[in-house]
Amino acid sequence: MSTKSREVLLDPLLNNNPIALQVLGICSALAVTTKLETSVVMSLAVIAVTALSNVSISVIRNFIPPSIRIIVQLTIIASLVIVTDQVLKAFLFDISKQLSVFVGLIITNCIVMGRAEAYAMANPPVASFIDGIGNGLGYSLVLIFVGFFRELFGSGKLFGMEVLPLVTEGGWYNPNGLLVLAPGAFFLIGVFIWINRVIKPAQVDAS
Amino acid sequence: MDRNGPTYIVLFAVAVCLVCSLFVSTAAVALKERQEINKELDQQLKVLNVTGIIKEGEAAERTAIVEKFKAHVTPRIIDLAQGAAVDTDPATVNVRKALSDPALRTKLDRNSAQVPYAPKLAKVYEIDLDGDKRMDLLVLPIFGKGLWSTLWGFLAVERDGNTIKGITYYEHGETPGLGGEVDNARWKGLWPGRKVYDAQGEVAIAVKKGQAGTVADDPHHVDGLSGATITSQGVTHMLELWLGPKGYGPYLKTLQKGGAS
Repeated sequence: MSTKSREVLLDPLLNNNPIALQVLGICSALAVTTKLETSVVMSLAVIAVTALSNVSISVIRNFIPPSIRIIVQLTIIASLVIVTDQVLKAFLFDISKQLSVFVGLIITNCIVMGRAEAYAMANPPVASFIDGIGNGLGYSLVLIFVGFFRELFGSGKLFGMEVLPLVTEGGWYNPNGLLVLAPGAFFLIGVFIWINRVIKPAQVDAS
Repeated sequence: MDRNGPTYIVLFAVAVCLVCSLFVSTAAVALKERQEINKELDQQLKVLNVTGIIKEGEAAERTAIVEKFKAHVTPRIIDLAQGAAVDTDPATVNVRKALSDPALRTKLDRNSAQVPYAPKLAKVYEIDLDGDKRMDLLVLPIFGKGLWSTLWGFLAVERDGNTIKGITYYEHGETPGLGGEVDNARWKGLWPGRKVYDAQGEVAIAVKKGQAGTVADDPHHVDGLSGATITSQGVTHMLELWLGPKGYGPYLKTLQKGGAS
């Protein structure tokens, strides 16, 4: 892999993370991260949609009339999201039940459209594909980070397996109820951004 | 052709829409069968879960679910108003669809379960545990509002139409860890043995705030879910509705009178 593609792939992980730096896609990051399993499936769904929408838009980028480009991007993204949802319902029924509307809401995930508009409209398909994967991974990194802590300390489990035996189940761990609620994810994302900016001071806002 | 001209824009838009709709509909049609099977299987598994034939959370193969369902479960259609079984083919009855069809539903008075309509025909499941062709358990579908969402589930009662065997929810959108604890196996374990009706034949089963006594001391109450008062009340209200005169009450009463059918 050339240095440039590696940069395109890895940059969105820590240097230019869509959630931590660009603060995009927060809503779904709060909603689906109560469990690690749903976080992982949601991550995979977003990676697939971002990568494929980037490719399709990049392929036709020279034909898209500028005046209707946003709606064209949305049409393509929406189609991909519906298909992803259908695939999940067919092959991962249990998880798709838990993710419920949030798969459908990938359509409104700003990361997907943000990348289509900012990158795929101006770059060739292969680079756009890598950019889509990279940004999907950046989103996944935060989701899995948040999902890990929320499931572990909120319900004492990881991937549904008991790690910290709960008081209600006859163990010793009293779960932190805040973490299973949306504000818990806010705090965790805040912590993630904090750590990220301590390591990379360049990301601190000028003000 | 001019990329900013109206003809080009319209043609381009039509082309994009055509391609996308083809893509979406192909996927939907191709996957439909699999999705229907999944839904059906999920319901069957829940019926087997609530009766304890397959333990909750136990991994079950597709074929095992189908086989056990066939061996132990007979769906039966009952007319809710008359409280009697009717001869309609169970495969033709879809309660959730019936709820949005004015011909197949009855309007309910305002009730605390916040259920606006009941189906005229309901589908219940008779369970034969030991293969002697006699009904041992009866599984009743129930639904009603919790805090955020409508909870859909099953309640299993014994042949006496009064003793609870189990409860489970297969679909809800309550807060994980709080109202979502209706899925908690320990909480569900508090239900078996409790009685639905009191001596006067009124629905008495309720989820109470705080802790309930043992099955013997306090047969009509179940512990509340801490931090989920409204979901707990929702469970009480839906049981009140579905086991009462507007729900399966009349049918259960005939069961109690007629003894084992």
